[in-house]
Amino acid sequence: MKKLNTIGKSKKKIDALSLATGSAKFTDDFEIKNSLFVSFLYSPHAHAEIKSIDDKDAKLMEGVIDVLHYQNVKKQKLHTTAGQGYPEPSPYDTVMFDKKMRFVGDRVAVVIAESKKIADDAVKKIKVEYDILEAVFDSEKALEKNAPRIHGEDRYMPIPVKYEPERNLAAEVEIGFGDMAKGEKEADFIIEKKYSTHYASHAAIEPHSVASFFDEMGRLVIVTSTQVPFHVRRIVSKVLDYPLSKIRIIKPRIGGGFGGKQEVFLEPISALITIKYKRPVKIILSREEVFESSRTRHPMKVKLKTAVKNSGEITALSLEALLNTGAYGSHALTIVSNAGSKVLPFFNKVKNIHFLGQSAYTNLPIGGAYRGYGATQGYFALNQQIDIITRKLDLDILEYIKKNHIRTGETSEVFKALGEGTEGVTQVIHSCEMDQCIDKGAKAIDWYKKRDKRIEPKKDKVRGVGIGFSMQGSGIPLIDMGSASMKMNDDGSFNLYIGATDIGTGSDTILAQIVAEVLGIELDKVIVLSSDTDLTPFDVGAYASSTTYVSGTAVKKCADKIKDQILKVASQMLESDIENLAVGNTKVTDTKNNKSVSLAEVGEYSLYTKDQFQIQASASYVPKLSPPPFIAQFAEVEIDKKTGKIRIVKFVSAVDCGVALNPKLAEGQIEGAAVNGICYALTEEYKFSKTGKLTNKTFSDYKIWTANDMPEMETIIAESDEETGPFGAKSVGEIGINGPLPAIANAIYDAVGVRLYHAPFTAEKIYEEINRIK
Amino acid sequence: MKGKFIINGKEKYLNFEADERLVITLRNNGFTEVKNGCMEGECGACMILLDDKAVHSCQVLTASVQGKKILTVKGIGDLHIPHVIQKSFVEAGAVQCGFCTPGFVVATYALLKSNQNPTETEIKKAIDGNLCRCTGYVKIIDGIKNASKTIQKERE
Repeated sequence: MKKLNTIGKSKKKIDALSLATGSAKFTDDFEIKNSLFVSFLYSPHAHAEIKSIDDKDAKLMEGVIDVLHYQNVKKQKLHTTAGQGYPEPSPYDTVMFDKKMRFVGDRVAVVIAESKKIADDAVKKIKVEYDILEAVFDSEKALEKNAPRIHGEDRYMPIPVKYEPERNLAAEVEIGFGDMAKGEKEADFIIEKKYSTHYASHAAIEPHSVASFFDEMGRLVIVTSTQVPFHVRRIVSKVLDYPLSKIRIIKPRIGGGFGGKQEVFLEPISALITIKYKRPVKIILSREEVFESSRTRHPMKVKLKTAVKNSGEITALSLEALLNTGAYGSHALTIVSNAGSKVLPFFNKVKNIHFLGQSAYTNLPIGGAYRGYGATQGYFALNQQIDIITRKLDLDILEYIKKNHIRTGETSEVFKALGEGTEGVTQVIHSCEMDQCIDKGAKAIDWYKKRDKRIEPKKDKVRGVGIGFSMQGSGIPLIDMGSASMKMNDDGSFNLYIGATDIGTGSDTILAQIVAEVLGIELDKVIVLSSDTDLTPFDVGAYASSTTYVSGTAVKKCADKIKDQILKVASQMLESDIENLAVGNTKVTDTKNNKSVSLAEVGEYSLYTKDQFQIQASASYVPKLSPPPFIAQFAEVEIDKKTGKIRIVKFVSAVDCGVALNPKLAEGQIEGAAVNGICYALTEEYKFSKTGKLTNKTFSDYKIWTANDMPEMETIIAESDEETGPFGAKSVGEIGINGPLPAIANAIYDAVGVRLYHAPFTAEKIYEEINRIK
Repeated sequence: MKGKFIINGKEKYLNFEADERLVITLRNNGFTEVKNGCMEGECGACMILLDDKAVHSCQVLTASVQGKKILTVKGIGDLHIPHVIQKSFVEAGAVQCGFCTPGFVVATYALLKSNQNPTETEIKKAIDGNLCRCTGYVKIIDGIKNASKTIQKERE
């Protein structure tokens, strides 16, 4: 392979120092003079209809500008808050203010005031009378006949897919191929198990934040903590029927997203207030509001049936996934689809497959995009089932996975059959280092010395190891689009304008590295401006593990075009044939006679000397494929047999991310995702009262780990070369969160012989199961 | 109310409400490097040094600390003259979204002031009051170890 200068190097993140010194600005850090503030009133009931709202006392208060609710916000448009490609594959079931309340935390009204304190005081003075309706919280019960109906007849899907709100069905997708009955007949035994995963919060440390104001030209500017600036512009324009050309979205630094900021539920309110009262406004959610009223990870129930020969061959596989989408159907179709589309291709030799994905409306908080996006839930089931099968047949699970996983040059019928809720795209795997992931990961955890050994380091403490394998994707083929534009300056530096949305991942840095590599320059010669809808070209935003692969390819195409223009100018300057010219070391050199001109000289010449023009280019990219990254994750756990208390001793992730453009940033993605997944497996869980009220909406009651809770972590990059990706790269923003849940469950079984089908794995559950099987 | 504070080595007179928390006062007066992530004393994004002690400024009533010394992350080092800790965080890849980073830098500064050569366990304890959702703490711990090494070398 060609020696690379910038790619593959752990370059410092270009915004890191400004963040570490506190000078980088997040949404709430912008000083906006004369700003209004808001306070929301939320429904205390899980299912109710508003009988009356009395806002007189609130409006009477000094400093209160107005109170908005369904009675005074007219002509509201149904929409989805899911910031997805257009038309969105999510039901149009949401308005800004509704008469009907569908969960505890649903929005009743907003008070607009001169200060946050006044708004908070005024909101307490609003009197609301409700007609309380019967509520339903369980996804299976919600789909039963006679279950209370949550959404009305006006709700609809903007794309032609199954949607039946009359029976609380927010989405349904079914595929199958081969012959299930024949497959089951060929098998020696059948294993059918039910698994379930739970509600969780993204818990980005920066709460959802938005500020809006009119600029001096009268255009509406929205500064917002978002993963999807261009979708925000479109959705705000459509919801408010306000010209898109008059809206500018600016994405400042974003304090983490993980899917939670792929939702457009505050920007329309903020824009409405600025338009209506001609004043700037800031909306910053409290931590409690983030927990209860923003978005969550959808709980999922998975029924997994595998027909298996004594050789281990799976002759038929049926996966039925039921998503609890909560009160609204944001991502309800696509997440449940992903439990099939990202999971079933892994064992592509299975000839007979059935997949049914359904999403049910309930009266609980709203689900949404969350790192892993359905694959996390699906792999929880598949990984445990493979552990069960290989244990029953006394097979080495690692060898079993290595023998059966999809490989380079192979395909799966699932790719074509199932995409984003509709048909997918035929794909062949161009790179897969799953075997290397398994071998290196197993070595790091010392698998064969620990598996089935039930080592007891101390009295009553027993250890076990488990694996969680998975694949994800790199963007959404034929749907996602990234683009870039560039110009060259007279000192040989370049401006790079990208719609790609750095939410803390480091995408500004790796995209700049791509430019630096193509043009043979240092990273500091690339000036990055990202995600300002007035200044940068379009990009769908930061989701679906798309940025490195999709936006990265757009950037590379753009830089290639710039390079062509540079070579043309240089050939004029050097009087050389273009074919003899090469860029590198910040200059263009004629390889025949070694004469060269610096890039600064080229820049200056193009702008000031002869046949002047601006060296500039733009490029877009829509991927035909979504090359999956692969990962093998290993947990070693220690369980106190007396109490069920669990401790993670060590956690290993070995990932195939293609070529790691910036190894430290790639590792950072995996480490962060893995710890998020470990907390999800052990401590993070929404707890509800019998009436559907979230009871643990603070960080003291909803436990995410601190450094002090951390086990030994090891992250291994098992590089492959993805020929379709920019410099061989695939995307790895999500995949690291899939393994912890099953790896820990499998390790618990290895240690104490109990199988936990229902996450999270609390000490109480482990204790109960240990005692049950005694 | 109006009160005097010594912020990053300079006297400042700030306006604040009687029941206001220090994080709000600081942010309202332009010290936006102090972040606000939870208002419950759990996430640590608002961490500052108050008379040389690391505290969650969301748990401090402004009125109760008039006249005291406050050090924010910008007082430790800024973009032009960054502190070793900040440079080490950058080198280690400890900064992802960076919203929690000011708090971690403050906690690290407090640690290394009292203990120049902390063990990994001491490091983990020192940043137990700070949450990070992006990094999984691995590279933050690396950054603190590197900062400690650099500071010791500089002393030699």
